[in-house]
Amino acid sequence: MPDFLLNALLSGLALALVAGPLGSFVVWRRMAYFGDTLSHAALLGVALGFLLDVSPTLAVTVGCVLLAVLLVTLQQRQPLASDTLLGILAHSTLSLGLVVLSFMHDVRIDLMGYLFGDLLAVGPADLAWILGGSALVLAVLVPLWRPLLAITVHEELAKVEGLPVAAIRLALMLLIAIVIAVAMKIVGVLLITSLLIIPAAAAQRHARTPEQMAGGASALGLVAVCAGLSLSWFKDTPAGPSIVVSAALLFLLSFAWPKRA
Amino acid sequence: MSDELIRLSGVGVEFNAKAVLQDVQLTVKAGEIVTLIGPNGAGKTTLVRIALGLLKPARGEVWRLPKLRIGYMPQKLQIEATLPLSVLRFLRLVPGVTRYSALAALAEVGAEQVIDSPLRNISGGELQRVLLARALLRKPQLLVLDEPVQGVDVAGQAELYRLITRLRDRYRCGVLMVSHDLHLVMSTTDQVVCLNHHVCCSGHPEQVSGDPAFIELFGQDAKSLAIYHHRHDHDHALHGGVVKAHVHGPDCNHDHA
Repeated sequence: MPDFLLNALLSGLALALVAGPLGSFVVWRRMAYFGDTLSHAALLGVALGFLLDVSPTLAVTVGCVLLAVLLVTLQQRQPLASDTLLGILAHSTLSLGLVVLSFMHDVRIDLMGYLFGDLLAVGPADLAWILGGSALVLAVLVPLWRPLLAITVHEELAKVEGLPVAAIRLALMLLIAIVIAVAMKIVGVLLITSLLIIPAAAAQRHARTPEQMAGGASALGLVAVCAGLSLSWFKDTPAGPSIVVSAALLFLLSFAWPKRA
Repeated sequence: MSDELIRLSGVGVEFNAKAVLQDVQLTVKAGEIVTLIGPNGAGKTTLVRIALGLLKPARGEVWRLPKLRIGYMPQKLQIEATLPLSVLRFLRLVPGVTRYSALAALAEVGAEQVIDSPLRNISGGELQRVLLARALLRKPQLLVLDEPVQGVDVAGQAELYRLITRLRDRYRCGVLMVSHDLHLVMSTTDQVVCLNHHVCCSGHPEQVSGDPAFIELFGQDAKSLAIYHHRHDHDHALHGGVVKAHVHGPDCNHDHA
């Protein structure tokens, strides 16, 4: 197997693995739009990275984390509904990113790559970021699992029972921010949330416990990555969108599969 | 003083410059059932949230026994349709709970049959009992119940209130609950606090139901209380020590008298 294909496969698999459990929380807590906003803002992170001459991956990670914190603060302090606020931030940060990039005549960047991913161009350094980021997210997610479930079921009950609800909620947002920064290279800013949501939604119909849903979502994500990459390899289709299309097909198939009684 | 669990004094809150609570006093002692009653929008839930520490009052003081263990039963629980969660898993969200202790808590509230059911598929009455079981698993010194019989039919309501009294007797915990059901609550409570933004009147149920402020607030309902109260006493005496062998589901319609 050529190196670039191995890199692509490994990074795709790592992402699918973390996207399963995290995507389940995105579905349970209805945070899809939140994920979208962070990922749209990632392009602004890229632009700022070029402007300040730091690694785009680092800039995106820091940018997403900062935006997540900003969102939490804004949600508590002003009267606009969350989805309005998210809509404003999503599209204005995406546009700002595009505008900033257009001013930088001396940098030649592959805009399509950032928007829709450039999985086959993942190099060893990118791979290290992706594997490291995924491992970090998984390591944080394991001890947080039960508290996260508790606040997802009922935040006030969890608070009365002594859980630091605000801190746990912030931690979840930060984890999502990290995954988005990691996933940008793989499926691009416009498609990232699909990798969080589609496998989780596909696993949901047949899961009986939260863990089954998370694990099922990871497994379906792995299948989608393999299928998407194969499609891309044999039919020369763009890798990121091929993965998303595969995931969407799996989602449709989950309805055909008979539900256990 | 010694057995006080929680004490609120001079508590005041506004939302959007509108006073929701004014100068409210409230004390709950160990082994005592305190019931908050009052019309819709009287600030009952707000007061409960302050007692729980979920809301900071603008004025006044809130004192809680240090390290007070509170078992809280929220007004409603809406489980996201996509979250597959069994009753057992729901109870095990409280750290340290085993299947065995979860089953014991469910048996205590008469709902052990639902332990493996998905939380979303059980009836309203069963859900209330499961929520109560979760509160019990915390080994609470204070039980806080926000409209505990919501969504339960009338026969089940009386049964739930009796259950709460039994739990108080067994665990010697204090109980603070919110209720709309004047008739049912009167005979199972030690202290009634009648709230309409401020404390209109409070005291023992008999005392309160004769209070002019109470009659003004509840009008027609207040007059019928004497009858209900009597009937319920009668009921309760015959019902006796209770349960275990037959589990009273919320849908049991048979008469205990």
